[in-house]
Amino acid sequence: MTEEEWTAVRLSLLVAVTATAASLPFGIAVAWLLARGRFWGKGLVDTVVHLPLIMPPVVTGYLLLILFGKRGPIGSFLDQAFGIVFAFRWTGAALACAVMGFPLMVRAIRLSIEAVDTRLENAAGTLGANPLWVFATITLPLCLPGVIAGAILSFAKAMGEFGATITFVSNIPGETQTLPSAIYTLTQIPGGDAGALRLTAVSIAISMAALLGSEMLARRVGARHVAA
Amino acid sequence: MSLDIDIEHTRGTFRLAARFTAQPGVTALFGRSGSGKSSLVDIVAGLIKPQRGKVAVDGQTLVDTTRGVFVPKHRRRIGYVFQDSRLFPHLSVRQNLLYGRWFSRSDGGVAGDFNSIVELLGIGPLTERRPDSLSGGEKQRVAIGRALLAHPRLLLMDEPLASLDESRRAEILPYIERLRDGTGVPILYVSHSVAEVARLATTVVILSEGKVTAVGPVLDILPLAEASDGGSALEAVVAGHDETFQLTTLASAAGELQVPKLAAAVGANVRAYIRSRDVMLSLQPPQDISALNVLAGEVVQIVRSGAQADVRLDCSGATLMARLTTKSVQRLALAPGRPVFAVIKSVSFERS
Repeated sequence: MTEEEWTAVRLSLLVAVTATAASLPFGIAVAWLLARGRFWGKGLVDTVVHLPLIMPPVVTGYLLLILFGKRGPIGSFLDQAFGIVFAFRWTGAALACAVMGFPLMVRAIRLSIEAVDTRLENAAGTLGANPLWVFATITLPLCLPGVIAGAILSFAKAMGEFGATITFVSNIPGETQTLPSAIYTLTQIPGGDAGALRLTAVSIAISMAALLGSEMLARRVGARHVAA
Repeated sequence: MSLDIDIEHTRGTFRLAARFTAQPGVTALFGRSGSGKSSLVDIVAGLIKPQRGKVAVDGQTLVDTTRGVFVPKHRRRIGYVFQDSRLFPHLSVRQNLLYGRWFSRSDGGVAGDFNSIVELLGIGPLTERRPDSLSGGEKQRVAIGRALLAHPRLLLMDEPLASLDESRRAEILPYIERLRDGTGVPILYVSHSVAEVARLATTVVILSEGKVTAVGPVLDILPLAEASDGGSALEAVVAGHDETFQLTTLASAAGELQVPKLAAAVGANVRAYIRSRDVMLSLQPPQDISALNVLAGEVVQIVRSGAQADVRLDCSGATLMARLTTKSVQRLALAPGRPVFAVIKSVSFERS
């Protein structure tokens, strides 16, 4: 593997891990709202969360560019207020991946929260736990397998994200060129087939490792619930 | 402790309108399934918000719809033992028991510390186990302990024995009695079993189709319960044991009763529960019959329903219920004031 290929692999891992870790708290919060909340406009929230799943990735990427670009309303605010810049940076790639993986993450977590028996949550309430404590001590531990599944799905999506990322932050080697972008670039140049194949193998290996890892984690968590 | 309830709540076509005051001790909410017992308890616990009315414990208002007061469930300090024990599956028995302790300040709580409650409920050997490895009876005992250790000022028990078989019930009832007599935590106990109510309750509230139809001391109210296995309870004292025939003699206001030998000391108080279908009536003192127990009394009231009639007797001040056919009532010309002899075929005993 060339140095450039390694850079793409490292960058992809960094982007995917950042995207997953940063979106997980939001994913859990939104999943909880959709599973347990009763509020006006819940259908709208549900639709907005699912939009990246059904819209063309290029459209999502373009919307991100408009909103989070240097002159976009959110992008310029974040730049001036906190010095956070997304445009054409690896952080922008992470944002694009997080947005694209969000529906998958929320869906998995929401289903597992819905499977938690509300009667247990009520019982915890009668024992003196306020709603936040009930969530932290009862709901979250019981839906942990779903949280793990949601995180792995988001990570896998981030490893493979192409359309939104390349539209939003382009394809800059060392900064925004993730695995899929690197593979795409290699297929466009003469003699790049060998490099594309090597990166494809790496991509498959990472995906499988993520899947196996999630299975093991889920089994361990499940075993802790059922065992003894 | 006092619990004041005056609420109205409609869900679908079912209307619950209940008003009563519960005194210290065990207050039994008694009624058929669908009479609104569980909804009422959920309202006291804060799991259901009533559409109209007030709930107050010890003078503290928990719900008052006219003033917009609704104390959330986690601030009520009301323990709740559910029919399905609802132990947390991801925590050990010990962690389940201590769950409420994280949140309760131990000031003013009635129940004692961890060790004494674990001992009271006989769950010491179970503390390191997981809830799904426990039997139904063990789960309920842990659930009771968990509720007590949150230092409740009132304990709600919603048919805690309903999901258990007969022998498991017999296993738990003594613990609930110890709870009643030992901890001083007042209990609101939901049941549709006359035997449980007769054994445990101090006060009975009868609910029928969402309405409170009677409130009062257990001995007065129980005969009124329109349960399919109606009956009456008698307070009695163990007067002696007959070793030859393995019998125990009881002295009650209504007269002496002989029953299969009880494991109770002479002088112990017991509560005898007599189902109305186990009582026959005779106009003459019966002779040469197998039944050992014959009590003299007087007819107070006859309530007919279809082919059956429930006859209420006054036996020297104690109430006894007999269930006869209306044909027998007519044949014996039974009417209020008529002296009769009650022949009791069997007595079930609940120690109190």
